[in-house]
Amino acid sequence: MIALICIVATIFALPNFLPQSARDALADFLPPNTMNLGLDLSGGSYLLLEVETEVAVKDRLESMRGDLRKRMREEGIGFSSFQVGTDTISFRLIDLAQLDAARTAIGDLIGGNFGSAAEFTLQISDSGDAVLTLTEAARAAIASGAVDQSIEIVRRRIDELGTREPTIQRQGANRILVQVPGLSDPERLKALLGKTAKLEFRFIDESMDVTAALQLGPPPGSEVLPSEEMGPDGQPFQFLVQKEVIVAGDRLTGAQQGFDERNRPAVLFSFDTVGARRFGDATRENVNRLFAIVLDGVVITAPRINEPILTGSGQITGSFTVESANDLAILLRAGALPAPITIEESRTVGAELGADSIVAGTNAAIAGFALVVVLMLLVYGLFGIFANIALILNLIIIVGIMTALQSTLTLPGIAGIVLTMGMAVDANVLIFERMREEVAQGRSVISAVDAGYNRAMSAIIDANLTTLLAVLILFQLGSGPVRGFAVTLGIGITVSMFTAIMVTRLFVIYWLWGRKPKALPI
Amino acid sequence: MWLLRFVPKKTKIDFVRVRWIGFIFTAVTILATIGSLAVQGLNLGIDFTGGVLVEVRKEEGSVDIAQMRETVGSLGFGEVAIQSYAGGELCAATADSCVLIRVMPEGGIAGKEQETVTKIREALGAGYAFDRVEAVGPKVSDELFNDGVIATILAVLMIAVYVAFRFEWQFGIAAVVATGHDVFVTLGLFTLLQMDFNLTSVAALLTLAGYSINDTVVVFDRIRENRRKYKKMPLSEVINLSTNETLSRTIMTSLTTAIAIIPIVFLGGPALFGFSVAILFGIVIGTYSSIYVAAAILLYLPPISGMTPDEDAAARAAARP
Repeated sequence: MIALICIVATIFALPNFLPQSARDALADFLPPNTMNLGLDLSGGSYLLLEVETEVAVKDRLESMRGDLRKRMREEGIGFSSFQVGTDTISFRLIDLAQLDAARTAIGDLIGGNFGSAAEFTLQISDSGDAVLTLTEAARAAIASGAVDQSIEIVRRRIDELGTREPTIQRQGANRILVQVPGLSDPERLKALLGKTAKLEFRFIDESMDVTAALQLGPPPGSEVLPSEEMGPDGQPFQFLVQKEVIVAGDRLTGAQQGFDERNRPAVLFSFDTVGARRFGDATRENVNRLFAIVLDGVVITAPRINEPILTGSGQITGSFTVESANDLAILLRAGALPAPITIEESRTVGAELGADSIVAGTNAAIAGFALVVVLMLLVYGLFGIFANIALILNLIIIVGIMTALQSTLTLPGIAGIVLTMGMAVDANVLIFERMREEVAQGRSVISAVDAGYNRAMSAIIDANLTTLLAVLILFQLGSGPVRGFAVTLGIGITVSMFTAIMVTRLFVIYWLWGRKPKALPI
Repeated sequence: MWLLRFVPKKTKIDFVRVRWIGFIFTAVTILATIGSLAVQGLNLGIDFTGGVLVEVRKEEGSVDIAQMRETVGSLGFGEVAIQSYAGGELCAATADSCVLIRVMPEGGIAGKEQETVTKIREALGAGYAFDRVEAVGPKVSDELFNDGVIATILAVLMIAVYVAFRFEWQFGIAAVVATGHDVFVTLGLFTLLQMDFNLTSVAALLTLAGYSINDTVVVFDRIRENRRKYKKMPLSEVINLSTNETLSRTIMTSLTTAIAIIPIVFLGGPALFGFSVAILFGIVIGTYSSIYVAAAILLYLPPISGMTPDEDAAARAAARP
């Protein structure tokens, strides 16, 4: 049993100590994996993103408001003072006689039939004040959906960068954890992730001058947006743009970096059939008008429609460099985020520092191991050798388990292994000291050995369990390197209870059996 | 075979009698910790304050710190700390080639950490390797700080509950005081030496809480065993006997762990330096506290069931001002 565990662990641990060439040559039935190195050892970037889910909720409320207005206009229901709050839409009925008609119309709209829960609850007072409230469940569903969708978009954007094996996982309610090994300059990635990439094609409102709009306020249905280009005064140019969107970025089927006819970097794009038809219709009916390409609320370019664009493809020019055009193409291909993302935390370790840490950690571990082994040998002699063999087995099993579970080894994790070495032999110290004591009291060899193992047991278990308690809390608390420490220490201590007690006992029993000693060499 | 022994075979140190030395020592260390915490506080790392930390290495030659201070200072981030540091092999090649830049959130960068990093990169230009770049926003740093405090308190309490469950409640109280003492005094090391206190430091404190209790458990285990054996013996003598009997293993277990961790202090590099120093210090303090804090506290708690109360000791304690 004990031998079996050791052999299995050795098989799993083995690849870690072989060079790549030897690993490739291993037989197929052997596990080829090595331990996962944490970002602090392999080099790479760790990013913690937060999705602003309240924006997605707000978007849902805004679109509901649009549907609501349209529906009530169709039904001929008069209303006033439409307002959108954080999770409510409120308005007032003008004609109280239409109370029931309004109830039916809105009831249809918010659904909730056929067993599915309604997104909104409706309250209309007798005085005609109506409030639609987003239910808590619907709010959570929208937020959760926004995070799921964001994870997908983030994954696509990172894949476009061609990085190897990124890890992207959800953390908590509205966060996304991104780990990209080997990426030492995450600035471009951060710039890519920080953009919502909401692309819209809209008309410029030419009914009013921009300066007039800034002074008098824009006409209804239009807004003033800044341009990406800076004016002579160092401030961005301003455009008066219609709010209505002709086509949005979700109708794009492709985007790539190219060059325009004057050989400036540009982004070439193509629409799907629906987008192409809409864009074609709009351009045909509005030849000679200006339209704006708006990205995240900023006007990238505002060209004039010289002729109808019916092919469903086009190009965006602006103040691009080849790289920025390429980045925009990536963003457009990957799609827009349902809500803005902020980067709350970023940590990057260069590959060189990682390699340096591996060397430092390994040296420290070897030195620590040597010191422990020598000390045990000096103090306990033969029994120290037993403890040292158990310690080596302990290390092999730790590496084996970590490889099999594909858990991550970090720099503090190496410290955890070193600490484990010191703690693992503690159990042997307790056992051997107890034996010395029993021998001093005049017990026979066999009964002293027996007492040593039995009586020391409760203290060993107590000691290890308290440390495991602390490790468990640490695992919950930490992320990345600290969690790696908790993992190795936890595995190490658990394994040490097996090796330091069972394995050494096996050796001691064989030794008693074979040598039939008269005195304990301890 | 000749074997090494660090403790003579039979010791008869009257730990209980000289406990006042321990009390004075404990009082001094705790007061020093409180005083230092009040005066200079902890040198919190960016994990807990938020802000930006960059480790740059000049690829050729050494860094002109004054000039770098000017370059980064002109970016207008307010409080910027720039210092050279001795890292591992990478930095050892050329003197003063590695520099640590830290920007505090008070400089108006809170919430704009990522942009700050980009600006530093642009300002320094080519010729530098960015070995480590960390940017922590205010939300995350607040959470990490709160989580760290909660985790540490929780760890100490859970260990105490476990000990109370395994032994008796008096032992639980003694355990919580001893473990809390170790964690607190190690915190004192961080504040007195103004060592960088970050997430890894919290990991060190938690590990310490779990480990320093080990010696205490060994002594408690023996007290429990001896009290069954010598039912008539007064508590102070049981404590003395148990501490003496377990002295060699208390010292040996601490020694094995300490010598395993010492190489990390010297070879593990700057990332593990504070962590390993804290654990090493904590191991020593933990050994001391098992004897002078944990066992001594048992004397002043209500008598443990089935054990002869040590009225003599309690009376002496009451008489002392």
